[in-house]
Amino acid sequence: MKPIVSIVLMALLSIAAGLYFPWWSIAVVAFVVAAAIPQSPVKSFVTGFIALFLCWGLLSWYLSSNNNHLLAHKVSVVILKINSAAALVGVTALVGALVAGFAALAGSYVRKA
Amino acid sequence: MRILPLIISTAITTALVVTLNTNILLPAPLGKLLSPQHGIWQNAENKNTNFSADLTFPTLRGKVEVYLDERLVPHVFAEDENDVYFVQGYLHAKFRLWQMELQTLSAAGRASEVVGKIALTHDREFRRLGMVYAAEASLKEMEADPVTKSLCDAYTAGVNAYIATLTESSLPLEYKLLGYRPENWTNLKSSIFLKYMSQNLASGEEDFEMTNAKSFFSKEDFTKLFPLQQDSLDPIIPRGTVYSKPSIPLTVPSDVDSVYFNNKAMAVTQEEKPDKDNGSNNWAVSGYKTKSGAPILCNDPHLGLNLPSLWFEMQLSTPTHNVYGVSFPGAPGIIIGYNDSCAWGVTNGGRDVRDYYEIKFKDDTRQEYWFDSAWQKTEFRYETIKVKDSATYQDTVAYTIFGPVMYDKTFSGNRTSNGRYFAVRWKAHDPSNELKAFIQLDHARNYQDYLAALKHMKTPGQNFAFASKTGEIAMRTQGEWPAKWKGQGDFIMPGTDRRYMWQGMIPFNETPFQYNPERNFVSSANQSPADSAYPYYLGRGFPIFRGITINRKLQAMTNITPQDMMALQTNNYNVFAEMAMPLFLKNIKENNLNEVEKKYFNLLKSWDYNNAPDSKGATVFWVLWDNFSHAVYDDEYKNAPKVIMRPYERDLLQGILSDSAYKFLDNIETTQKESLRDDVTLALKNSITALEKADKAERLEWAKYKATRVSHLLRLSPFSSSILPIGGGLHCINAAKTDHGPSWRMVVSLTSHTTAYGVYPGGQSGNPGSRFYDNFINKWAVGEYYTLWMMSKGEEKDKRIKWTMNFSK
Repeated sequence: MKPIVSIVLMALLSIAAGLYFPWWSIAVVAFVVAAAIPQSPVKSFVTGFIALFLCWGLLSWYLSSNNNHLLAHKVSVVILKINSAAALVGVTALVGALVAGFAALAGSYVRKA
Repeated sequence: MRILPLIISTAITTALVVTLNTNILLPAPLGKLLSPQHGIWQNAENKNTNFSADLTFPTLRGKVEVYLDERLVPHVFAEDENDVYFVQGYLHAKFRLWQMELQTLSAAGRASEVVGKIALTHDREFRRLGMVYAAEASLKEMEADPVTKSLCDAYTAGVNAYIATLTESSLPLEYKLLGYRPENWTNLKSSIFLKYMSQNLASGEEDFEMTNAKSFFSKEDFTKLFPLQQDSLDPIIPRGTVYSKPSIPLTVPSDVDSVYFNNKAMAVTQEEKPDKDNGSNNWAVSGYKTKSGAPILCNDPHLGLNLPSLWFEMQLSTPTHNVYGVSFPGAPGIIIGYNDSCAWGVTNGGRDVRDYYEIKFKDDTRQEYWFDSAWQKTEFRYETIKVKDSATYQDTVAYTIFGPVMYDKTFSGNRTSNGRYFAVRWKAHDPSNELKAFIQLDHARNYQDYLAALKHMKTPGQNFAFASKTGEIAMRTQGEWPAKWKGQGDFIMPGTDRRYMWQGMIPFNETPFQYNPERNFVSSANQSPADSAYPYYLGRGFPIFRGITINRKLQAMTNITPQDMMALQTNNYNVFAEMAMPLFLKNIKENNLNEVEKKYFNLLKSWDYNNAPDSKGATVFWVLWDNFSHAVYDDEYKNAPKVIMRPYERDLLQGILSDSAYKFLDNIETTQKESLRDDVTLALKNSITALEKADKAERLEWAKYKATRVSHLLRLSPFSSSILPIGGGLHCINAAKTDHGPSWRMVVSLTSHTTAYGVYPGGQSGNPGSRFYDNFINKWAVGEYYTLWMMSKGEEKDKRIKWTMNFSK
């Protein structure tokens, strides 16, 4: 149960925090959730990673679909030098996942004996 | 708690966040940019976005309703005169904020703040031209007029009301990509924007190039290369017009030959120049020539083709007026358009209103300069240029009685000059309030109102076509123009006394104009305003060919419909080629050509002089002409300085048309005497490489060869259009060149219920993530138009209305 609860909590709290705080509030959220719901360091990392991979991946995909991927095609060329909306969504998901994964890892050490 | 792993993993997380939040290691701050709630995804406009809103602002005096139609054109209905400009400012900002700010930053010499030191030369150039100095002078004049001031205040407040709503998420895309935030808008910024248009339209000059050409060539050659008058001149105000005696008596300095015309000193410098083909077409035909019996007015201003577009289309309606047309994001009012009584359109006046004077400073400190037999005190303007990711740059610009000293030992554009000092006298430095001209035109009811409005039009001077529902048509070549003696300002002038200064401005009532002429049409296409009977010097370098085509067509046309006018605006006929081709065809010896050469020669021979998108002959002609020009002149220019004037195409054409032994046809590097035949044949042989290359790349069709596209202001290719299937080009009415062309096409038929058509190469939204970003471009490229809808009160339920914004206090 713990991993599922953590993932859902991290994703929802990240969205809530994003309404008021800068993007890196996802790191704070992952850290706090991982500290509050103790798991092994590896599990915490994976939990944070999956939570934000899904959260940012699905959110950006949703926004992009509603835009017929018009912007994603253009911006992927500007930022990634390849024309692929999916790649831009993938990189977005990965960036969120990495930050949250490491933050959750750090959080897991707060309570771990 | 496990301290060490905690510290290490926290450090890794922090390092990751910092890396993803900056561009220290990455080319872009990926975390910030890609966060779905903050970054670029927020600019991915939903295909079903709802633009409707209810907004309240305490500064409003009444209610304002904005109806956005299916093309995202706002129809603004305000109860109060000033409120309409508040909402216009709000809408400009909502749809075009990044562009309007970037253009004003760039105009003010502040581009380095945004893009870094690659813009430093540009910024110094613009500071030294005195762009902000000019804008401040005009702002004073604008704010001295209570009407202008209050509408500018309202506009500025509207822009700022929108800026105040911006959050990190809702920032326009380009701010996110470049990593900066918008400043608050000010009236000065609107004034700077208008100076940006002056820089664009009224700062063309070739004083340095001409000075060097005058020095390099013998007097006889110079006169032949750069003739003052054109035989085929068809001026805006027709030949034969009688002008009254000039009210400003001009005194030509007595030493003009020795120190000016025959002075051989070179002035080497190079600078950023506006496109010399910044031109336009406009015309109006009276009811006698139209099918409906009502006048038709047409305009297509040619400017840089950029995204977001320079223009924003809208309708403004208040109890005192109702106007539709295109506006400049950055300034209040409608610039080109029509109201319930009349219509107007502009083309650039193109006279030389920017001259250079050589200044003699006492010493390197530039504290004093010699003028009128005494040492005069210099004033200094200290320019602080902030540079992104680099040290701030300080520049000190000396101001003389003429204006700022643009070029000195520390600055010569991109090149070291010979340590001399050149001050610029630019008409745009004089205080003026052009906004008043446009606002009054928006309100104009008749010809008298049009005249009254144009009194405020000083710089950039424009040819204003006018037509009214009462059947009047008119054209004024309007601006506040310096009264010059013949040749004044063609070259750099001595700056040690007042004799070479401008001696006055041509009075309003001595402006060449036409009102209800017998020929039943007026037209302008940037050609010379008048013939040599006009008592003031008009300058050089006016393009002549588009005007010839337009006048020839309008002369012949009767029973005209708006559809005929659209066909004329998008006409691809190349009258320049029509004049040049017989000479080419006569002088190419077909028997001497090999198979490959023959192939291209046949394309040329069968060409109909139309620069149609799929025409291969047009490409062959263009390449051939270019090579011909090189074959004729390259020998004479072999040892010339880099910064030097080359003859205009029309002067070469005129040269060979009027003189089969045109002196420069001979290659001075050979012993035998070359003729037209030799040069044309050589040009054809020299053209083959380029033509074969284009052919192999399947780019021989004119549209593909010319490659017209509409580019994003940052030249980001994915934000720009693809190469467009459009014909025309230089010398054609449809003047679509590679990155420059008809920036707004408008046809207005002034029947009792106005019917109007228009299109511009862009879209109403400045957001590259919006479906309204570039949705007009394809229609523009193929020469189609939208029907312009002057909405009336009571049509709120019309199916064209998609969204409604309500503004109240």
